Amino acid sequence: MLTVENIHYAYASGVEALKGVSLTVKDGEFVAVMGQNGAGKTTLVKHFNGLLKPSSGRVLIDDVETTKTSVAALAKTVGFVFQNPDHQLFSETVEEEIAFALKNFGYEPAVIEDRITWAVNLLGLTQYRKTSPFMLSGGERKRVALASVLSWDPKVLVLDEPTIGQDHQQKENLRQFIMQLQTQGKTIVVVTHDVEFVAECNPRVVLMREGKIIADGEGKNILTDPQMLEQSSIVLPQVAQVFTYLNLPGLPKNVIDLYEAKRLLLKMLETSQ
Amino acid sequence: MALIETKSLTYSYPGATKPSISDVSIKVEKGEFVLITGPSGCGKTTLCRTFNGLIPQFYQGELKGEITVAGLDAAKHPTYEMARHVGLVFQNPENQLFALSVEKDVAFGLENLGYPRDEMRKRVDWALNLTGISDLRDRSPHEMSGGQQQRVAIAAVLAMQPEIIVLDEPTSFLDPLSAQKIFDVIHELNKNLGLTVILVEHRLDLTAKYANHIIIMDQGKVRFDGETRRILSNEETRLIGVGIPKATLLYEMLNKDGANLGTVTPLSSDELAKMLLEVMKH
Ligand SMILES: Nc1ncnc2c1ncn2[C@@H]1O[C@H](COP(=O)(O)OP(=O)(O)O)[C@@H](O)[C@H]1O
Ligand SMILES: Nc1ncnc2c1ncn2[C@@H]1O[C@H](COP(=O)(O)OP(=O)(O)O)[C@@H](O)[C@H]1O
Ligand SMILES: [Mg+2]
Ligand SMILES: [Mg+2]
Repeated sequence: MLTVENIHYAYASGVEALKGVSLTVKDGEFVAVMGQNGAGKTTLVKHFNGLLKPSSGRVLIDDVETTKTSVAALAKTVGFVFQNPDHQLFSETVEEEIAFALKNFGYEPAVIEDRITWAVNLLGLTQYRKTSPFMLSGGERKRVALASVLSWDPKVLVLDEPTIGQDHQQKENLRQFIMQLQTQGKTIVVVTHDVEFVAECNPRVVLMREGKIIADGEGKNILTDPQMLEQSSIVLPQVAQVFTYLNLPGLPKNVIDLYEAKRLLLKMLETSQ
Repeated sequence: MALIETKSLTYSYPGATKPSISDVSIKVEKGEFVLITGPSGCGKTTLCRTFNGLIPQFYQGELKGEITVAGLDAAKHPTYEMARHVGLVFQNPENQLFALSVEKDVAFGLENLGYPRDEMRKRVDWALNLTGISDLRDRSPHEMSGGQQQRVAIAAVLAMQPEIIVLDEPTSFLDPLSAQKIFDVIHELNKNLGLTVILVEHRLDLTAKYANHIIIMDQGKVRFDGETRRILSNEETRLIGVGIPKATLLYEMLNKDGANLGTVTPLSSDELAKMLLEVMKH
């Protein structure tokens, strides 16, 4: 379990990026942290693996305060994939990249080999094992960063803006992949402003604005609240836009799922004729 | 004559074993808003680089076929001259910004072309205002977030007031409302000033409604090219893995299940909602 208790955080520049944030993420939950550019999303999730320590308040991972343990120990529990994969890739080949952290965690060579094989296979990178990460496309580099983190099997996975620059198919693959990890009981935190992606995954949504959490709950309810979203510089998912526009008695407004939308609209058309 | 026309354009980067775009023949008329989409690596950025002559003049490699832009042979006409006609906003804003302040970056192109100070000032203010970054004018682009850098890159190109603006995934780092506002601004310029727009985007939910013309590429080739509504109602586009707007998908699902919503494929939620209300009235 991940517990954030009333944390504040200020960068050296004086910018107060978090202004009293509290949050609990249970094991196995899937949470999307959303909000406008500069809302403090990245700053918040960097507290989950101890990359940042709060100026005040506490962050606990499985009841251990992040200030009372090493970043290495935290990294083993909380895997973090940065927005820009180039910030975390530095090895000559993809397999060395993945091996690096595993060696640091003290795994045996045979285990390391197994884990590499498993991770490159999972992310469709087998053909690139001996390739330099810098020869790969942006989307592929993101997958290398993800493979590397998954290889040590962290309990919690944090993905910062994984959909930026990804095409439709890549996003769909990512969605399937997240679902698969969820069935394995992983806790997943995704930072994103991609409403359509979130509408399709339907996770719990935590909405941030100016260093604070302004809403926390079911995607279905938060992503269909125009006033709330506008404050966070987010637009409604298209399905929700249709229902808001229709604004008809008897028709709910909190719909984000395509199939639910179809059912409701067909029923409406039937009864109106 | 079309403002942009390519004939069997085929291009390979230096040392590449296969072409990155092949046999591309397209036409863009003055005043069009064209959306280019297709899977990563299909050649969208490469095609954009041919519009202002960066390919082949800067990238070298081998270019075959013909390309005419604003009546000029873009493959041969000097790129700094092409820049008067075609403004290109790169996929990665960092590669485009180099001055010490936002204002200087936005003024850079105008300075190069020797515009008088007054005119320059006017245009810079106009562009900063349109992109919503007037208050950042003295900041260094390199200290800014990716989203803010993207606004600066767009402002810099708008300030040049080119005939054609080519935007390669220009708002990927911006939050959705900010991205929508930028697209609205570009759309206004397209409608009111006749600016010809070429936009590369994956997120058709956000952008299909602006475009009168869509080009869908796959593996270096143009697979679909035509009027947006017509192309997006063609189910074969689903096979390429293009992100069809949800409103369009919902319309199709409803029609398939017997709702009779008419034959005009909606591209936005407003259009779909209006259709539904219309059907219910009867
Ligand atoms: N390294 C840093 N130094 C100083 N200020 C920063 C730094 N990183 C982020 N900030 C500022 O902190 C605030 C929150 O940023 P961030 O957490 O990156 O937002 P988000 O991820 O929601 O876009 C912003 O005002 C941003 O400018
Ligand atoms: N500067 C370059 N040098 C060599 N190959 C490149 C370069 N830029 C792109 N390519 C290759 O050309 C193909 C098309 O890439 P690109 O035009 O960037 O596609 P898109 O913009 O649709 O994602 C890809 O196979 C890519 O690897
Ligand atoms: Mg961020
Ligand atoms: Mg590209």
